[in-house]
Amino acid sequence: MAYTKALPQATPETQEFWDGLKRHELRIQRCQDCNQFYFFPRPFCPHAGCRSTNVEWETVSGKGKLHTYVISHRGFGPWAEDVPYVIAVVELDEGPRMMTNLVNVEPEPEKLPPDMALEIVYDDVTDEVTLPKFQPAS
Amino acid sequence: MPRNSQDYSHKVAIVGASETETVGKLPDRSMIQLHAEAAMLALADAGLTIDDVDGVATAGPTPAQLTEYLNIMPRWIDGTSVGGGSFLMHVGHAVAAIEAGYADVVLVTHGESGRSGVGVGGRGPANSTLAGQFESPFGVWGPPSQFSIPIVRHMHEYGTTEEQMAEIAVATRKWAELNPRAMMRDPITVEDVLNSRLIAWPLHLLNCCLVTDGGGALVLVSEERAKDFPKDPVWVLGRGESAAHTLISQMRDMTEWSAAVQTGQDAFAMAQMTTKDIQHAMFYDAFTHVPMYALEALGFVKPGEGGPYFAEGHTAPGGDFPMNTNGGGLSYTHTGMYGMFAIMESVTQLRGEAGERQIDNLETSMVHAPAGMFSGTSTLILGNQ
Repeated sequence: MAYTKALPQATPETQEFWDGLKRHELRIQRCQDCNQFYFFPRPFCPHAGCRSTNVEWETVSGKGKLHTYVISHRGFGPWAEDVPYVIAVVELDEGPRMMTNLVNVEPEPEKLPPDMALEIVYDDVTDEVTLPKFQPAS
Repeated sequence: MPRNSQDYSHKVAIVGASETETVGKLPDRSMIQLHAEAAMLALADAGLTIDDVDGVATAGPTPAQLTEYLNIMPRWIDGTSVGGGSFLMHVGHAVAAIEAGYADVVLVTHGESGRSGVGVGGRGPANSTLAGQFESPFGVWGPPSQFSIPIVRHMHEYGTTEEQMAEIAVATRKWAELNPRAMMRDPITVEDVLNSRLIAWPLHLLNCCLVTDGGGALVLVSEERAKDFPKDPVWVLGRGESAAHTLISQMRDMTEWSAAVQTGQDAFAMAQMTTKDIQHAMFYDAFTHVPMYALEALGFVKPGEGGPYFAEGHTAPGGDFPMNTNGGGLSYTHTGMYGMFAIMESVTQLRGEAGERQIDNLETSMVHAPAGMFSGTSTLILGNQ
């Protein structure tokens, strides 16, 4: 069945992130001067006092912690059949935070303590797009 | 010679202010029509007409769309449009513009057909924007699913409870009971809030603002002219503004509204005031946790003390720090960019025109509103002395 939810459309500076996911690799950028990782992709280090353009893509662990979330009890369009679903912010072990959905876990507050360990699940939603979802770490 | 913002405090005043004749469900009026209606009423409140206006600021439509509709060609325009707090920013910008001689009579307008959607363009980010790439694919569907995301972290770090946030809705409803224009006036309890249907846990329906139609407008002039109007001036004493991000996942600290810290400090510095000088507050309440974050960031309580503070009743009728006295976005009205109504209630209170909900002996009021979802903020300090 065709996937009808919103899909990301890559831009030049984000292309490697989405290409990496398609290969089942989580790729984010790291500043080669201050050594910090960052997200979302852009061609310069966003950290205050650095702002270097000497940045490189790296494949990271795909492990992180549940930073915060909501359990959505409303869903529009194709999301309606998914409610309740978890919209979460994961803090990667490398530092940056990103939005995701939690999968393979009950959408109940008791099952979702902040800081619980998570790992990435590569969700191949179409032939072209893979979304980074997360589940409780095994 | 270097200048500082204090030189601009108490230099410009609000001399005209009005909301649309009614607020709530207005399917007979288009979005831009609501701007014009509020503009004309605010100008009439000041004894002026559209032909006296030489500066305009608005958000939603562009200033050009507004000037086209009003058929005017001003000398100064401001189209800062960053969400609900835009109008607070316009007031701050108008102070500088009037002091610089760019304009003499500045009109700031808001109008939104948030409920009825009459004359409104499309919504939603393109798939190639940052939001389209990094948030939309995960099923976010608007402010209740995004503005709410930091709450769990605040609960985790500070022990903030759903009951405490419910108390904010209860206190605000008590004010709405005193406002005959408010959409929701029936008393509610903490249990009512917690038993209302889940929207995006931890948000229940009664933790969320209304969705309405309506508008409001302000007229600002210089100190030299301010005494010549029918109503006493409401002075702009302090202002601050900032914007930091748009993606909620990129909020710097999920437990602290860092932009509000900055805009509060700037507003206090300009007004040469501290929290102790503020007698009344309009802290934008799109959701119950939003004024809680503001209260902490602006320094009225320590981080993490916001929830207990509201639960103790300080902000409710009879409390020592009256807040959101029109009934707020939660119970009065919320068109989408509610900041104009927050300013309007401060003006109404400072003019002594608030009727049954009037705060006695009021001299100062703070208005605070977000630019987007915790993205940035604007703060105003207004006074009537």
